[in-house]
Amino acid sequence: MIPSPAVPLDASPGTQPQAPASLAATRPFYWSVRRELWENRSLYIAPLVVTGLVLFATLLGMFRLPGKMRTLPADPAAAHALVVRPFSLAPAPIMLATFLVGLFYSLDALYGERRDRSLLFWKSLPVSDRTTVLSKASIPLGVLPGIAFALSLVTFFTLLLLSTLVLLGNGISPARLWTEVRFVQEPLIMIYGLTVHALWFAPIYAWLLLVSAWARRTPVLWAALPLALPLFERIAFRTSFFGSLLKYRVTGAMSEAFAVAPNRPGAGTLDGLSQLTPLRFLSAPGLWVGLFFAAFFLTAAVRLRRNREPI
Amino acid sequence: MACIEARGLRKTYGSTVALDGVDLRVEEGRILGIVGPNGAGKSTALNAILGLTPYQGELKVLGRDPWTERDRLASEVSWIADVAVLPRWIRVSQALDYVAGVHPRFDRAKAEGFLAKTDIRRTHKVRELSKGMVTQLHLALVMAIDAKLMVLDEPTLGLDILVRKQFYDSLLNDYFDRSRTIVVTTHQIDEIQDVLTDFVFVHRGRIVLESSMEAFESRYLEAMVNPENLAAARALRPIRERQVFGRSILLFDGADRQQLAALGDVRTPSIAELFVAVMGQEAAEAKGAPA
Repeated sequence: MIPSPAVPLDASPGTQPQAPASLAATRPFYWSVRRELWENRSLYIAPLVVTGLVLFATLLGMFRLPGKMRTLPADPAAAHALVVRPFSLAPAPIMLATFLVGLFYSLDALYGERRDRSLLFWKSLPVSDRTTVLSKASIPLGVLPGIAFALSLVTFFTLLLLSTLVLLGNGISPARLWTEVRFVQEPLIMIYGLTVHALWFAPIYAWLLLVSAWARRTPVLWAALPLALPLFERIAFRTSFFGSLLKYRVTGAMSEAFAVAPNRPGAGTLDGLSQLTPLRFLSAPGLWVGLFFAAFFLTAAVRLRRNREPI
Repeated sequence: MACIEARGLRKTYGSTVALDGVDLRVEEGRILGIVGPNGAGKSTALNAILGLTPYQGELKVLGRDPWTERDRLASEVSWIADVAVLPRWIRVSQALDYVAGVHPRFDRAKAEGFLAKTDIRRTHKVRELSKGMVTQLHLALVMAIDAKLMVLDEPTLGLDILVRKQFYDSLLNDYFDRSRTIVVTTHQIDEIQDVLTDFVFVHRGRIVLESSMEAFESRYLEAMVNPENLAAARALRPIRERQVFGRSILLFDGADRQQLAALGDVRTPSIAELFVAVMGQEAAEAKGAPA
């Protein structure tokens, strides 16, 4: 192979190792993330299965499409809502699937390697505990949202293509469909939604990673312990401080980052950039407190992994 | 520079003392065997050397403190901790890709050369390999790393004798080159007696004997003595005596070879025999010592 300056050095992973300096930070991280994808194939298989189900369900819904387009209500807002609803709803199950996959992944990430003793192999290689924990945290915070976006986008445009074909086949002009569906805004909103949720849920994932680094057995029980706090609190003090805190952590990303008027005609549609409130989201203390806790949990997970032995 | 230097190394788990003031110096280019009963502190010592566990006392590996500088030592020290720690889901090709990706001193062509001599295919997953093949794979990966220090903790536990022999043969022939240092613990001491340059006996967290193989061979002698010479041989104060087929085998510390030769057949003992003798002395001392 002739080395060419135009080719980036990293393009050929099989060649001789490069100077240690260029190998420093990013390469171990990159390979650690790849390793996670090799080990946990459910990270992309589960969202793929859900995407398949969503597409199958919308395919069945296509039978009603010509009738729906012929009898659109006169009110423009109501008509718009009716046309775009499938496009707004389709990505939701996919994103929910990646969220759930992320929970299960995080809970096992640092526990599984101790249980199967492979920890001793990973630690024998020059990958620091910090790189390892960060690469594992990047799965729910970066990789899974990326997978969700790619699959949502595919679903969105498959839906658009199928709808157009069905309308044409029934002798209906797809013009109305194409003017109502906002195919620039929708992908932007997907990215926005995935980003705010990743940031908002970061302390949840980091908590699960911490528990998976710490627990000697049944990490799921320890991880779920905070869910029992509200019950304890209500019995002991008749207050619901923790309950509302947890509820806010689950629903806060939606309420802080989006302005959705529930009683307006067209409820459930989310396809206008005016519905996004990034400034309110960024100025919500809940976001920053959450990120602080996420950083704290991850730092603790790094320290724990350093001391942990196989179980 | 010594490869490993420990002074007053201590480690306790609660009230259990795992390492009780260990002094150890391993020069570059040696192959050191650490021998001791279960729970003697061998693994704790190795974990301290590898920077896996904090400790008290002084310890330098390749001139660095393994606990605080573990990340920097990691690429210069390779190790096999126990058998069967390779993840079962990984493919051979993925293992090669990963180690090549993260290790600056890994020579992939070398690892593939080692694997070519085995029945391991690149498409195999670890869970599809036999125990012996997993060990071969792990050894191929580790031997392709240009490390200054290799640490092996019971690398051949649970393997059959053919694989064990093969393991140490390839370690000596394909890896060791006198500028590297190898530290190994095993219960099958007899099998690696020819491999070692030095050994230490560890008991209750302390080093009870340390010796180079040269010193061991000139210091310790074993004589097979016929009954008529037994009284004369016993007068030379053997440190251990056992009976085999009616003849007595006596182990001597620092006896004169000529003198012994007159009483029976003289040979170099096995480390295992010496180990049993030294452990026996330890037990007697522990019993005799005032509480």
